Amino acid sequence: MPETLFRKVWNAHAVRTLPSGQTQLFIGLHLIHEVTSPQAFDMLRQHGWRVAFPDRTFATVDHIVPTDSRRRPFLDVVAEEMTAALERNCREFGIRLWAPDSPDQGIVHVIGPQLGLTQPGMTIACGDSHTSTHGAVGAIAFGIGTSQVRDVLASQCLALEPLKVRRIDVTGRLAPGVYAKDVILTIIRRLGVQGGVGYAYEYGGSAIDRLSIDERMTICNMSIEGGARVGYVNPDETTFAFLRGRRFAPQGAAFDHAVRWWRQLASDPDAPYDDRVAIDAAAIEPTVTWGINPGQSVGIDEPIPGDADEEALAFMGFRRGAPVRGTKIDVAFIGSCTNGRLSDLEEAARIVRGRRVAPHVKALVVPGSNEVARLAEARGLDEVFRAAGFEWRGAGCSMCLGMNTDRLQGRQVCASSSNRNFKGRQGSPTGRTLLMSPAMVAAAAVAGEVADVRQMLPQEVTA
Amino acid sequence: MTTGATGAAGTARIRRIRGRAIPLRGDDIDTDRIMPARYLRVVSFEGLEQHLFEDDRRQDPAHPFNDPRFHGATVLVVNRNFGCGSSREHAPQGLARYGIRAIVGESFSEIFQGNAAMLGIPCFAASRQAVEALQALVASSPEVMVEADVETGTVEAGSLQIAAPVPPAFRDAFLSGQWNPTSMLLERFDEVRAVAARLPYLAGF
Repeated sequence: MPETLFRKVWNAHAVRTLPSGQTQLFIGLHLIHEVTSPQAFDMLRQHGWRVAFPDRTFATVDHIVPTDSRRRPFLDVVAEEMTAALERNCREFGIRLWAPDSPDQGIVHVIGPQLGLTQPGMTIACGDSHTSTHGAVGAIAFGIGTSQVRDVLASQCLALEPLKVRRIDVTGRLAPGVYAKDVILTIIRRLGVQGGVGYAYEYGGSAIDRLSIDERMTICNMSIEGGARVGYVNPDETTFAFLRGRRFAPQGAAFDHAVRWWRQLASDPDAPYDDRVAIDAAAIEPTVTWGINPGQSVGIDEPIPGDADEEALAFMGFRRGAPVRGTKIDVAFIGSCTNGRLSDLEEAARIVRGRRVAPHVKALVVPGSNEVARLAEARGLDEVFRAAGFEWRGAGCSMCLGMNTDRLQGRQVCASSSNRNFKGRQGSPTGRTLLMSPAMVAAAAVAGEVADVRQMLPQEVTA
Repeated sequence: MTTGATGAAGTARIRRIRGRAIPLRGDDIDTDRIMPARYLRVVSFEGLEQHLFEDDRRQDPAHPFNDPRFHGATVLVVNRNFGCGSSREHAPQGLARYGIRAIVGESFSEIFQGNAAMLGIPCFAASRQAVEALQALVASSPEVMVEADVETGTVEAGSLQIAAPVPPAFRDAFLSGQWNPTSMLLERFDEVRAVAARLPYLAGF
């Protein structure tokens, strides 16, 4: 019987049906970090439970780590305390940890795929809503809360209900200056921030087929912003090429066997979907948010809609019918699990090269992982950004959510490559976030205001 | 507050929640607003109730969580897509520690609803019209007792009765006392090992 990848992976991991009707689902890979795990370890200790599969949980620090200095103990005593707690917990329970001084430390959703831990056909869980990122290689990945982190530690299982599957076909070609970020912002605008509740989003179609794994991660990452807990792309040759040779990926002959399994997990051509949506890639413009949720966005040439939400307008200081383009910015942030990978930094650097950040703008680049930072530095990208007036930081979540000292001040406006423009998200209760692609953030940093990146693209691309 | 005996998994059965309510109007209220990220700089959940909606409350003196008439409420009445965004359990933990025992709303983010369930807080879903009627009633009569019934999926307040079902799997988990599933997940661990042994990425390709 033809099936979706979601259903095949679900069935392969289903342990049993619980009395409530929920499925006991085995979790193949569990990723933890310093913010949502300490209470889970405490609960384990209270009950005297052990970690059931310690070699299937991996830990790193990302949310709270300082991005300026990594010297221990951190000046931020709370960051030090939380990092030390994770180190202690991992030691006690036998879990592998990539600490701040490890070359493999980074945002949990960046390092999973980078190390080849994330593989097609796995069930993955992490105490972070952007766990959907890992679906880019054809895994089924769930963001969970701390009590569920406890469950996975104790039993390597979750009690869940299966999701419906919505197939989202993006067909045609993206225009120059239009990126994966614009695709997902467009999808969320169209389907709503709640449209995906109860669904896994399966992204496909010719435009998705042409995207790199990095770009697919950007799209899957923000599934949750559209309400979908899970997002994925079927594994294909791009996926296999991405995984080959990665440290935790199967090696040698095992890799070829794995590819055979991965290939047959992809949704069958006539798989049943609960819903289908079609998006025309060529119609997507560079997109920017104007409001306080990721569904409130416009194309760069579009005015803010006439029916725009009053609360959002009041908070942001925008008017209906006005353009977002030309909005003066105070801060430019390039980074996050959405857009903090090497290709994101490369695209942004193409815009920045030979230009200067506007004098009134504070601009920072926070690589998604130490490995991303190293690769970028090997290509001289750090110098490109520094020469333009950007700060070049260490890896972490940073100003995406302002849990470390990288925060907006007062009502500052930030052009941000991150994933959420919620009120107060970037660390100032009244701070304002405009979500856009990293290249658009670079353009805004240089212009000092929201600008159209298409007018700043290097010649060889526009020609 | 709750009724029933201890369930098989060692947690209480939850069938009915009765108490005063607090209306919180607005769609898409995300967990960053429920619990700002700076209060996630902790290694325990203790005291989080002090920071519920902190930024919203500071910016809006009329915020219902600033209104003494609603102090002691145990039923929260919200609108659409409540709890969207971050998976931080700190949000429902703050609500639970404040004393919230049930949430009635138009709809909920999936992760939030699951996290709330793990803490024994059922989320009841009703139509916009019904939720608005309940919010209006509670806003004008904060003393009115609200009774939310998990089994029948109804919420009653004064002469108002609305249909507000809890999704079946959560409903059955609350009614049987198995909403906190760890023990149940550990019950038949041989079956867990059997699944692991069948998975090629664990067994070897």
